Order: sequence, then C-alpha cells, then structure tokens
Amino acid sequence: MASSKLPWLNPAIAVGGLAPLLQLAVLGTQGELGANGIEFALNQTGLFALAVLIASLACTPVRLVTGWTWPARIRRTLGLLAFTYAAAHFLTYAVLDQGLDVRAMAEDVFTRPFITVGFTALMLLAPLAVTSTNKWVRRLGFPKWQRLHRLAYVAAVLGVVHFVWRVKKDVTEPVLYGAVLALLFAVRLGEALRKRRALARERPA
Amino acid sequence: MRDKLPPEPPGSEVTPEKLYLRRRELIKNAGLFAGTAAVVGGGLYLLGMKRTRPMDGFVPDAGAVAQPVAPAQGVFDTDEPRTPYEDITTYNNFYEFGLDKNDPARRAHALKTRPWTVVIDGEVHKPWTVDVDQLISAFPLEERVYRMRCVEAWSMVIPWLGLPLGKLLERVQPTSFAKYVAFTTLEDPEQMPGQKSPVLDWPYVEGLRLDEAQHPLTLLATGLYGKQLPPQNGAPLRLVVPWKYGFKGIKSIVRITLTREPPPTTWNLTNKREYGFFANVNPAVDHPRWSQASERRIGETSRRPTLPFNGYAEQVAGLYRGMDLKRDF
Repeated sequence: MASSKLPWLNPAIAVGGLAPLLQLAVLGTQGELGANGIEFALNQTGLFALAVLIASLACTPVRLVTGWTWPARIRRTLGLLAFTYAAAHFLTYAVLDQGLDVRAMAEDVFTRPFITVGFTALMLLAPLAVTSTNKWVRRLGFPKWQRLHRLAYVAAVLGVVHFVWRVKKDVTEPVLYGAVLALLFAVRLGEALRKRRALARERPA
Repeated sequence: MRDKLPPEPPGSEVTPEKLYLRRRELIKNAGLFAGTAAVVGGGLYLLGMKRTRPMDGFVPDAGAVAQPVAPAQGVFDTDEPRTPYEDITTYNNFYEFGLDKNDPARRAHALKTRPWTVVIDGEVHKPWTVDVDQLISAFPLEERVYRMRCVEAWSMVIPWLGLPLGKLLERVQPTSFAKYVAFTTLEDPEQMPGQKSPVLDWPYVEGLRLDEAQHPLTLLATGLYGKQLPPQNGAPLRLVVPWKYGFKGIKSIVRITLTREPPPTTWNLTNKREYGFFANVNPAVDHPRWSQASERRIGETSRRPTLPFNGYAEQVAGLYRGMDLKRDF
C-alpha cells in the first residue's frame, strides 16, 4: 500500500463520526430539536448506530473486493462508533423518553418485540466493544475473538428488524439498509465458499 | 567515484530536509484528516437529512383572522397550556405531503384551498353541494380548546376554530337509514405529491358512527389560534374528534356522505390489527407495537399518563355502553 501509516485516518473518523452526536447534544440542551426533540434524537441516534455498524461490517467485504487494506484499519473505530451511537440511543430512550421508569422499560423490553430486538442488539454490541482492544484479541486468541465478533452481523440484522418494526408504514428506508447488509453478507459467503474450494483442491481425497 | 564526493557536513549542520519534508507531510495529513472527518460527518448528516428538524419547516404567516369568533364555549375547553402555534403548524402527520413530520409544513403551502367545494350527500333529505366559504359562513364559528392525542403517543393542546358537525348534519337532515358518516380527503397528486406514492390507498377516508358525528364535541375545524387553518393542518376543512386518536381527524375534506353501513377507514384498511374503526383513546389497549398508557405532551420532557377517551370520558363514555372496547378498539 502506498501510504502505510495513515496516522490521520482513525482520528478523522472518530471526530467526523462524533460531530453529529455533539451537535444533537448541544441543540438538544438548547431545546432546538423541534416540537418533539426526544423523538428526533431517538431517530437520529438509532439511524446513525445502524449506518455506522453496517459501515464497520463493510470493511472486510470492501477489502476482499478491492484489495485495499485501509478498510481493515478503520473497522475497530467504526465498531466503537456504532456502539457509542447505540448506547446514546438507549440512554435517550431510558433517561429522556422513559424517565428511568424501570417497570415501563421492562415491559417494553420483554413484551414489545420491536424493543426486544433493539435491546438485544445493544446487548450483543456491548461485549464486542469491551473486547475490541488488542489485549483482548491476545487474551482470547484470534480465532476465538473473530468468532465472537461475528456477533456484529447478528446485531446489524436485529437493528434492521428493529427499524422495520418501528416505522408506521413506509419500510423503504429500513429495507434499503437490510439490502446493503445482505450484499455484504453475500460477499463474505462467496469468499468463504471460494476458500473452502481452494482448500479442497489442496487436499485431494 | 566515491572519493570524489565532498565530505559530508557534520550532523549538527544538516539542512533540516527531513524536518522540512515532515512539515509538508504534517500539512498534508492535516488536510487529509479534515477532509475525511468532513466526509464522515457530512455523510451521517446526509443520512439523517430525511429527518430534518421539524422546526426547519415553513411556519405559516399569521394570516387574516378568519371570521368573527364566538367566544370559547367553556364547557368542553381544557385550561391546560396551549401548544405553541409553531409546533402545531410544523409537526404534522399528513401523508398526502410526505411521511416526515415537517414535510406538510414544507410542502402543503402550495395547496389551493379556494375555491373549494364540499359535497354532502348519501342518506340525507337535503343533499348539499356547497362552496366552503358559504358553508363556513352558514354557521357561527366556535373556539374549542381540545387535547389531541396521536396514536404515536404524543399529544398537543390546540385552540381550534370551527363548527360542530352536528349542526351541519341537522341542516342536511339524515334519513332514518343513516347510521354512519363517511369523509373523504381531496385526491389530487399534483397538489398532494405524497399521493404519488402508494404508501396508503388514496384518497384518505374516515368514518364515524352517526351518534359520534352528532356529539357536541365533534368539530369541523376551519381555523386554529383564531386564524385560518394552515394547509398542513388540513385546510380548508378538517374533522376534530378529541376523544379519538388523531388519525380519525381527516383533513382537507371534499365529501361527507351519510351511509347505512360502516364506511372503510384508511388506517384500518392499511393494518386492521393495529388500527380499529373506533380508535378511541384508550390507555388500556396498547398498540401492538407500543404502549398507549402514556404520552408525551409536545413541549414537555417527561411523559404523562394517557386518560381514557383522552380525558373526555365523562362526555362520551355513554356512547359505547355495553361494548367491549378491547375488541372494538
């Protein structure tokens, strides 16, 4: 690769990625988010969480298709950014929307499928955020760590379902996100099949 | 060859070429950093654009006060703080103009609300096809300060201006066969671009049982805050049924037809399981996907409990005596 260091890449993604969150917080505290600011903040943080999570899952497929290596280097930053938005989304719901009413939230999480899947997605992302450090990769060993982090795909699927079930009628936008996710999955599946065939050729029966 | 090269200067005197290059690299990296950050931030901004802030909508000019206003009637009025005009006119569900809350404010001002003809027909002795201004001037307008509870669990307090639907029905004289009242919104995809998308079956239709339509709370609104109704709120004529979820309040009405059978209603056609014909506000019957036990009053942060019949139980509960409201939701 031409530029092997790219020291600016991850800081730039972190700063650019967090800017909308900062803007939401500032406008929100000034009451500048419109008639239903809490709903607006919920929609924005949820959308960004899903978009950035899907972007993080795009890193490996993009590398496979293009041969570029830089996408692999921003995967962790994107993953942590997605978790940050997912956590902000949940905190907006829990603190501002529900006023920390534990009973109402428990009812939501356990009896309303759309909230159940959203909450599950967050619960899946939390251990991935914790184990995102190099130290944890070493501690778990790479194969095990990699298997664990495939949960990000499950979280993204749940995120799309959460989005589909949330809209009142028009599912165009959530379905679009689902289609991108399916495409990424197809690339990885194709790669896995190719690898398996290559392996089979190496070891004739 | 080697011997011919001049001796290297001592290390301390080396032209800081590396430093010079590093400086250039720093500048380059700073540029790349800023560019990438802007692309990432801008990308998220564009993704979120579909949901621009409701306040970015077009706040209609105050406009002329509609007609002489009869003083608020009092008995039905709530004395709760009124939702600001700006919120009422920029946070709307009016799918004829788009799905986002601020789409109606941004796009509905092009709706031509005059001249406007309203047809009142069906099971009536005196069908009436009438210009909306003529209709409005045929009745004294009243101000009514009502709570409005949306099925999406938010609510407002709106000072409407309008005429009780019952007065209009008296004038057209329902036949003894009339049991229901059906309402239809204008269908004109050129003026209502949302109708170009098949998100709902157009035109929007709604209906009430005749006794609900005749109830003194039921209003045909022509204005709010003492001004003409802005298009995004359903000009020139819309239904207001304060004990029912907001989607019953059909906007920009062109036809009112009295019928023998229950008329189809748009959201019920769209999803029978989630939206019933009656759609009475009921904290005990949840929407299949979310709770209806509480609501957010626009302008407030914490939720407040939702009241049966939106707080109008005393006036309207009698209409549903003997009915199973969990089944007939």
